[in-house]
Amino acid sequence: MSGDAVLSIRGLSKRYGSGLEALKAVDLDIHRGEIFALLGPNGAGKTTLISAICGIVQPTAGRVSVDGHDHQRDYRQARQRIGLVPQELHTEAFETVRATVSFSRGLFGLPANPGHIEQVLRDLSLWDKRDSQIRELSGGMKRRVMIAKALAHEPQVLFLDEPTAGVDVELRRTLWTQVEALRGRGVTVILTTHYIEEAQELADRIGIIHRGELLLVDDKHRLMRELGRRQLRLHLLEPLAEVPAELADWAPSLEAQGTELVYRFDQRDGERRIPELLARVHALGLDYNDLNTSESSLEDIFVDFVAQRSGA
Amino acid sequence: MSFNRHGVWAIYTFEMARWRRTLWQSLVAPVLTTTLYFVVFGAAIGERMDSVDGVPYGAFIVPGLIMLTLFTQSLSNASFGIYFPQFSGTIYEILSAPLSSLEIVLGYVGAAATKSVILGLVILATGACFVELNIAHPVWMAAYLLLMALTFSLFGFIIGIWARNFEQLQFVPMLVVTPLTFLGGAFYSIDMLPPAWQTATLANPIVYLISGFRWTFYGSGDVGFALSLGCALAALGIGLAWVWWIFRTGYRLKQ
Repeated sequence: MSGDAVLSIRGLSKRYGSGLEALKAVDLDIHRGEIFALLGPNGAGKTTLISAICGIVQPTAGRVSVDGHDHQRDYRQARQRIGLVPQELHTEAFETVRATVSFSRGLFGLPANPGHIEQVLRDLSLWDKRDSQIRELSGGMKRRVMIAKALAHEPQVLFLDEPTAGVDVELRRTLWTQVEALRGRGVTVILTTHYIEEAQELADRIGIIHRGELLLVDDKHRLMRELGRRQLRLHLLEPLAEVPAELADWAPSLEAQGTELVYRFDQRDGERRIPELLARVHALGLDYNDLNTSESSLEDIFVDFVAQRSGA
Repeated sequence: MSFNRHGVWAIYTFEMARWRRTLWQSLVAPVLTTTLYFVVFGAAIGERMDSVDGVPYGAFIVPGLIMLTLFTQSLSNASFGIYFPQFSGTIYEILSAPLSSLEIVLGYVGAAATKSVILGLVILATGACFVELNIAHPVWMAAYLLLMALTFSLFGFIIGIWARNFEQLQFVPMLVVTPLTFLGGAFYSIDMLPPAWQTATLANPIVYLISGFRWTFYGSGDVGFALSLGCALAALGIGLAWVWWIFRTGYRLKQ
């Protein structure tokens, strides 16, 4: 398993001065070339985990090895392989785009390489803005400048901390395309997000972190199948007082004063039963003017998952 | 990679570029202030004053003026250089880069000290426009200027890490170093003070630092040059030890 791991984390813990246990003995292997999504609500420990790996937060215990290099004993080798794009837009206001990206490359110990900087800026559609001061750029461009800075030293592993938080839909799509392109060039990408569709769209594997604990790590498709829940909602023309006995097999519930019939199911086998349910509803003569299906939110998954764990 | 020279150079050139962008505040303002001192103390008052230790008063104040500007500018320049990335958040990049603490200090303090030396030389040139200057020990003068620039840039770096807001950033240069410099013989020889004040003044460490620089100009000072140089080196040593402790404990830089 750890043979092809580009990043290997063992027992990583962080307790802040305030007593907050932000990370509880996290173990994780990241495979070379994959896109890994770390999912969790705000305050789950996602940023602390990234910061502890990158040297911004001092871990209380544990080891991290980057491509075989210990992140503390051999920090130069380890850090040179990592690029970090933090969540907040931390940029110099008065530097030009090209200067700030070249600066990042130098910081990481590499000689100037205008060709590479040009390539990075072109890939991120920033080349036209190369001589603009950063303060003149839009929020979306600033975020791309942050990504360019992180790529300036040709890292093997790129951390994207909430890359699309507060970003409009169009830019989110663009960023997703660019992340895919990075993978195509062999960069391992680890992103944190609290948008489930982002993880779904991009990731090969997903880890769920909650209150500093890595609850599980799994292949995306399996995880969504196992944990994702959906619901079918029928808007009835005539309200019902109670669920008809004929529908008991689906155990639906009535909401909105009996005007909405809601069937909740998991992704494994529930879908197949939808046509049957609709046929039964039809046979009962229940009229509906609208129906929709929706997926459970990450919050729902958490609640389910945590409840499942404590029940087991 | 045993020494990240590209990293040190990146920080150094970044800091120098920041200085060039604000050349007006960084260079023109201190030079203007110093010129005012020359006009007021040197030309207007100096002509009515006797010479001090055989040196005309206008020339006598030149080393003290250079030191005053060097102290305050080194402190504010170096402190701002490391404070601002923490304030704006861009420090994340420095902390995540393959840089040792020594390299970070070299980049920031090296740049701040360079600016201070340039500033010191510009003020010296400004002084030469007003009074006749004969420097007795030019090599010592240059070395001492560099030593003071390094030492106070190092203290500035420490202030920049310690400060929680912009007011605290200004606190030490404005309320500690400037008064101590004024009272430390920048504009007078302590021989001119009543005996009780002379003794009190000797408790002010700045006296020894300014006296040393004046010695490199005129071959005499309030205290012997060896004592001054010893104090200067001790100050540098304290600064280095302090910075070493900061990085060893991660004080305020890392959680």
